Amino acid sequence: MSLIRPLAFLFRTRNLHKRHQSLLYRYIHNSEVSYSSTHKVSSTSFEDKPEFPGSRSQYVHKLEFLHPEILQGIPVYRVMNRNGKIIESDQDPQLTKDTVLKMYKDMTLLNTMDRVLYESQRQGRISFYMTNYGEEGTHIGSASALDPRDLIFGQYREAGVLMWRGFTLDQFMNQCYGNHLDFGKGRQMPVHYGSKKLNFVTISSPLATQMPQAAGAAYAFKVQKKGLCVVCYFGEGAASEGDAHAAFNFAAVLDCPIIFFCRNNGYAISTPTKDQYKGDGIAARGPGYGMITVRVDGNDVFAVHNATKHARDICVSQNRPVLIEAMTYRIGHHSTSDDSSVYRSVDEVSYWDKQDNPITRLRHYMENQGYWDDEMEKEWKVESRKMVMKAFAAAEPRKKPNPEYLFTDVYDKVPPHLQEQLKEMKKHVQQYKEHYPLEQHEKMS
Amino acid sequence: MICTSLTRAAKKILVQQFKSKYFSVTCSRTTSSFTYVPDTASPEHGETTRMNLFQSVTSALDISLANDPSAVIFGEDVAFGGVFRCTVGLKDKYGNERVFNSPLSEQGIVAFGIGLAAAGSTAIAEIQFADYIFPAFDQIRNEAAMFRFRSGNLFDVGKLTIRSPCGAVGHGALYHSQMVEAFFAHMPGIKVVIPRGPIEAKGLLLSCIRDDNPCIFFEPKILYRAAIEEVPTGDYSIPLSEAEVLIEARHLIVRKLCLYFQSVSKTGKVVIAHEAPLTMGFSAEMAAVIQNECFLNLEAPIQRVCGYDTPFSCVHEPFFLPDKWRCFEAVKKLVSF
Repeated sequence: MSLIRPLAFLFRTRNLHKRHQSLLYRYIHNSEVSYSSTHKVSSTSFEDKPEFPGSRSQYVHKLEFLHPEILQGIPVYRVMNRNGKIIESDQDPQLTKDTVLKMYKDMTLLNTMDRVLYESQRQGRISFYMTNYGEEGTHIGSASALDPRDLIFGQYREAGVLMWRGFTLDQFMNQCYGNHLDFGKGRQMPVHYGSKKLNFVTISSPLATQMPQAAGAAYAFKVQKKGLCVVCYFGEGAASEGDAHAAFNFAAVLDCPIIFFCRNNGYAISTPTKDQYKGDGIAARGPGYGMITVRVDGNDVFAVHNATKHARDICVSQNRPVLIEAMTYRIGHHSTSDDSSVYRSVDEVSYWDKQDNPITRLRHYMENQGYWDDEMEKEWKVESRKMVMKAFAAAEPRKKPNPEYLFTDVYDKVPPHLQEQLKEMKKHVQQYKEHYPLEQHEKMS
Repeated sequence: MICTSLTRAAKKILVQQFKSKYFSVTCSRTTSSFTYVPDTASPEHGETTRMNLFQSVTSALDISLANDPSAVIFGEDVAFGGVFRCTVGLKDKYGNERVFNSPLSEQGIVAFGIGLAAAGSTAIAEIQFADYIFPAFDQIRNEAAMFRFRSGNLFDVGKLTIRSPCGAVGHGALYHSQMVEAFFAHMPGIKVVIPRGPIEAKGLLLSCIRDDNPCIFFEPKILYRAAIEEVPTGDYSIPLSEAEVLIEARHLIVRKLCLYFQSVSKTGKVVIAHEAPLTMGFSAEMAAVIQNECFLNLEAPIQRVCGYDTPFSCVHEPFFLPDKWRCFEAVKKLVSF
């Protein structure tokens, strides 16, 4: 089973002029040159080869530009159709019933948590939230194909990866509330999760900064001969940042075992992909960097799983980066600070929610297999909602962290000038205590 | 947090002012505006050998690679030895997996180092000139500096050190002359370190590499070849966050944390000099702090002798730099105030 097919498919051409075709063919293969029968080439043309250190190719004697429009889009790899039916049986990952059930339960639990936390932000109970609607399949499909020790660098819309690895509802809630049990000590905005234990590097807001960092971490893994890989998630909008370019290039040149996983959901806040790039999405950039690349249906959890599993094998066995572009659709608003109906139609959103949803598709599959029915669905809905509400109710009243944590972890130790400032803050707050929300926080020393 | 005295070089110049043998009126502007006075290594650091500053940097890097199997060195052109020769021989000695060229991208270099450090490796990144560190500003400011804080100490990049040549070099113009420390001094979470000679360079660089915080180590490139002294060949370090006083009595070296305040309290008069432009330069921070701590001891306004608030111009370098004559004038002002 070869899921990562030769790159030639990239350049499959449709109604293409023969000369263009041969040019392209040469462009791709740059060694053996094939000519169309109608195209005569002078006998001297390939007697000398270009010796330029910067490329590996042949001379041509006609001026021909390479037009991206003549390239057919990279195909979208898919395992099951919208009714949850496996299309090619040899592509069935043949996951156990338990695994499939966990996939489904994690996707739906994430969905339930999203609904509760989204509403809680609307009520002003947490300051900010970002849902994962429509992209649950990319999270769970990829996470399920990794070794739990593989290191994850995310953007912010990958909570499902954490959920798959065992981040608890309590831990999600504690972070969103910034209470004293939050691993991040309440310092970051909601949804900026991180877990040392689960090998998930803490999220930060600046887009794409994690991408070249992930390449560096992968290099460290290679030198340390860990037999593990690094996975870096990012959206198609973030891929426009300079850091994305640096990341792809460094990873390829320095032979890093890393999976770049792009969630192409059609929008970066309000910006549609037509304003984001002119090429064939993100996947088409991969070969330009010398990266093995594949595009998958992000709403097909099995397709994502297969691609990630295979990509991981390549990373670990060959120390090479792999680019996966998962095509999907951002069903929710960008964040709680965004009303997406201003820039896209309700019908469009509804189409993806109702017709091509990763959760629905997996449910169809499970029903086809006899793993799931309406009764179980009903029970799980009640149970999962109960679990979420319980964690939510527990996290809300918890005290916020000690105000002194404002000064720790800036450096490994609190340096003298910060000790001074800490002392000053404590003295000041003591003097003006009625003006500060001291009762919401753990007590200062 | 600026860890070493930015004024050391200036102080050195001031000390020289009072030594008539350096008080020459001949004007030779084509090379440099200072005379390097070799320092003497502490005898406790063992055997010494003659090294210039780039050699002492190589020596520090060599020791780091030898003692720490996780340490890697990378940046533009470091594999063949670096454009300033700081990494000569290291690739051959430690292999190209540990000393390697990166693609030409500063944001990539710093971020790659952050990733290495986050994954437990000692990352020593080189930015070819301090002038070109700005593409990596976001990675340094928003990422490296905040990594530990934002994760609640779950993750950190304490094992990252960024080395970069800095400062005027006689003909470097706008983009091969800059002193950029003030931009980074405004970033909680980073340590910025600048040595004044080969002995300090090696000891402070080793401290940076071993410090559990991301450090930026700026190497004054004019000193790479010009500053030569007897440098300990073995492993030693000079603590960060401590200043040093160079007094007329040549061998007296004192290190204390609140050195500035003690020194100012004693003299009542201060000149702060740096090559970087005046406005918002690090001297502003120092002046404000000294004014706050030593208000009753000050006998004259604090003098700041700095580069002008212009870009660094090629042929105008002699007029731009806060050279000994400008420092001397400031001292005269203080004395007669």
